[in-house]
Amino acid sequence: MTLDTVKHAGETPDTEQPWSELGLKQDEYARIREILGRRPTGAELAMYSVMWSEHCSYKSSKVHLKQFGEKVPANDAMLVGIGENAGVVDVGQGYAVTFKVESHNHPSYIEPYQGAATGVGGIVRDILAMGARPVAVVDPLRFGAADHPDTKRVLPGVVAGIGGYGNCLGLPNIGGEVVFDSCYQGNPLVNAGCIGVMKHEDIHLAKASGPGNKVILYGARTGGDGIGGVSVLASETFDDTKPTKRPAVQVGDPFQEKLLIECTLEIFAEKLVAGIQDLGGAGLSCATSELASAGTGGMRVELDTVPLRDATLSPEEILMSESQERMCAIVEPQHVERFMAICEKWDVIATVIGEVTDGERLEIFWHGEQIVDVPPGTVAHEGPTYHRPYARPSWQDALQADDAGALPRPADGAELKDQVLRLVSSPNQASKAWITDQYDRFVQGNTVLAQPEDSGMIRIDEETNLGVAIATDGNGRYAKLDPYTGAQLALAEAYRNVAASGAKPLAISDCLNFGSPEDPAVMWQFAEATRGLADGCLALGTPVTGGNVSLYNQTGDTAIHPTPVVAVLGVIDDVNRRTPIAFAQEGQLLYLLGDTREEFGGSAWSEVIHGHLGGLPPTVDLDREKLLGEILISASRDGMIDAAHDLSDGGLIQAITESCLRGGKGARLIVPDGLDAFTFLFSESAGRAVVSIPRSEELRFTDMCGARGLPATRIGVVDGQELDVQGQFAVTLTELRTAHEGTIAGLLA
Amino acid sequence: MTSRIGVVTFPGTLDDRDALRAARLAGAEPVPLWHRDKDLHQVDAVVLAGGFSYGDYLRAGAISRFSPVMETVIEQAKAGLPVLGICNGFQILTEAHLLPGAMLQNDHLHFVCREQRLRVENAATAWTADFAQGQEISIPLKNMDGRYVADERTLDELEAEGRVAFRYLDGNPNGSLRDIAGITNAAGNVVGLMPHPEHAVEPLIGTGGTDGLGFFTSILKKLVSA
Repeated sequence: MTLDTVKHAGETPDTEQPWSELGLKQDEYARIREILGRRPTGAELAMYSVMWSEHCSYKSSKVHLKQFGEKVPANDAMLVGIGENAGVVDVGQGYAVTFKVESHNHPSYIEPYQGAATGVGGIVRDILAMGARPVAVVDPLRFGAADHPDTKRVLPGVVAGIGGYGNCLGLPNIGGEVVFDSCYQGNPLVNAGCIGVMKHEDIHLAKASGPGNKVILYGARTGGDGIGGVSVLASETFDDTKPTKRPAVQVGDPFQEKLLIECTLEIFAEKLVAGIQDLGGAGLSCATSELASAGTGGMRVELDTVPLRDATLSPEEILMSESQERMCAIVEPQHVERFMAICEKWDVIATVIGEVTDGERLEIFWHGEQIVDVPPGTVAHEGPTYHRPYARPSWQDALQADDAGALPRPADGAELKDQVLRLVSSPNQASKAWITDQYDRFVQGNTVLAQPEDSGMIRIDEETNLGVAIATDGNGRYAKLDPYTGAQLALAEAYRNVAASGAKPLAISDCLNFGSPEDPAVMWQFAEATRGLADGCLALGTPVTGGNVSLYNQTGDTAIHPTPVVAVLGVIDDVNRRTPIAFAQEGQLLYLLGDTREEFGGSAWSEVIHGHLGGLPPTVDLDREKLLGEILISASRDGMIDAAHDLSDGGLIQAITESCLRGGKGARLIVPDGLDAFTFLFSESAGRAVVSIPRSEELRFTDMCGARGLPATRIGVVDGQELDVQGQFAVTLTELRTAHEGTIAGLLA
Repeated sequence: MTSRIGVVTFPGTLDDRDALRAARLAGAEPVPLWHRDKDLHQVDAVVLAGGFSYGDYLRAGAISRFSPVMETVIEQAKAGLPVLGICNGFQILTEAHLLPGAMLQNDHLHFVCREQRLRVENAATAWTADFAQGQEISIPLKNMDGRYVADERTLDELEAEGRVAFRYLDGNPNGSLRDIAGITNAAGNVVGLMPHPEHAVEPLIGTGGTDGLGFFTSILKKLVSA
């Protein structure tokens, strides 16, 4: 095959090109021709097609994502915002923290182990590229029905992939979620988050400036894996009639990534790079065009110098390859020798593949012949923007009218007990230890809290005990009933979880998982959820630092529940003051904070007992969430509480069960005046938490709540080896533990 | 003079910083050692930390055993240098034939991370002297290839000579023969175990226990009295 050079493309304007196969629409192809003033070469077409894919260009979502930049709360913690590899937040004492959540949904369905593993690898490199040492990972996961045969294929592979890759990197896995719902049957959600820590002065950005600076590709050799992964996998719905796409999933090598991390951190420590970018989706196409575009604009790359795993790869394939464990650095000429020496120390291959020029074009050559000549901004940032039509679905009213409050409720204490045991043993509410015990949560020796605690917490300074906390939450059932409120509930829950651990919420990242943007109903869900999230962040004072959108999560015409997953990052001045969930001290008093209403729409109870999804989700009061958070943080700082647990899906009984089992102590509960036992135990009203208080602190705590106007109701005491709901039923901790801890292993082991 | 405890970093070692911290908290001077460097820099004891050295390629510990630093470690261990192998470090010690037996994949085929109770079966080694004979301790366990195996004759020998240093309690987490969690050489200077003492040295961190500190205070006392 003859090489499709720029010159050749200029001479052969009428050559048929496979733009459609590469996922481009006709008008997009026409626009590329217009930008270039000729037809693109094969290599240029490859670059535009991956960079203009939904996954890379956010073409359907960006008109809505704009709100995150417009409705920005007054918050001076944000150091780097949306648009970089990850956002960066000031946490005090000269430290900055970067964090982000990304999706690897489609690859994980096709190839669960590698899909999940490379999801971890990708997010860790994003964090590394900001100049930070990665310190922890979290994994919000969603699968089909727990008892579906395919879940037994997908889940163990995903969990082993996250463990197999993450454990080898030496990053503690401190949180996340595991949710089962049949809507994710053919489309599991594998989201991966990472936190990194650095000093303010060490923040690095992805830009290539300074003509004459060298472009160095380092890390793994480039192979044929993941070619077209971005455009083919992430932007297209699964369809049984098409041939298998297995080869398009990247293959990870965590050992190589571990070397890359240590090598890169040593390079940062010696201040040897002017700009840096990881190679993830769209590989070299993305890295070169984004670096050049963010810099002065000009870059020249000799593509034939790229070290290859497979010598037969064409230049187009090299540009599109998503081979893992690669980074691209911009290095001043005088630092190149030292850069190479550090790479050699860590056995990392490094190659100068080009240099920054004083022009405004990204020029790529293959054995001396030019195959790419483009303005890099048109590839990286000026992709198409769609204003997709959206409309409230016709079924939304009927869904909301189907009130869960009308479902039959337990008639007596015996039935209540039976439903409690069914709830806490249901796959979504059961202990996830079988899964999380496959992740290393101890490595690095800084883990203060990890799952099943409300948030994961990491100490970042051994002298001052400064720490950060992270919680991720999302509830697709709530969001299906009302996407605006559902997104705010996800935000509120993660915020509450961080505060319940004693940390002050600072900022958020999000991973927005939705169906096809070409479906107006899905687009409405997306529009509503982003509006809800942006309004919520403004009200809570927590800016969005960045995130990820995953669309086309559907099988045939059936979309998943709209699933915005929110990660909230918090800071705690002294990790000694953290609040665990465990009820560990007999005699301590239990207080329920917040208001409990008859709210069962989308609840765990309605799902487990009735298989029902309908009505409205719990109402959100963000001022109340903020107040609750302040009370929880003050109580932690001043030593007024020994344990706290947020209330969310499953309601009070779920929280009490987890706290009792974690501490190995029972509790006696009294149904407060004005509430019936059923509502008390199962309501999912937001803005609530349960705390355990030493008797000596009771007055001080209730005075504080009274003065601030937060309802605090005494509901019982930590006591014995039973959970006793007085006048209703009692259940031994052993029975509760068997119910709660046996389910997942029973289904999957 | 403070004793110097060296911790080797191989490519893929993960718990080296933790082991250095544990040595420091116990009162030693922590000394990072590099796999390509044969020089042990006058350390008084060596820790081979956990991780996936060389990606566990071929077999866990199989490649590290041939690295330059190990030449000196093997030679000096035979001459009495105290060496503690934790997890991957234990695997390296068996590959280096400083300790008998081998580690296979966990019998349930999953990575396991949990708090693990152990009984100290030999409180006379260089790394366990601060424990009481038969003392029960609790430290984190995390591994994929943790199933200790050896032939019957070796196992009988280990038992007869009191060289089983630690045994799992409350359920065998990986199918190790005779519930063996760690062993020592005949001289008591080389000890290997799968669980992680370096992760249990501060009350606030990890499981919140500090039982792991005893390994490091044991060796310090021995070095000071030597």
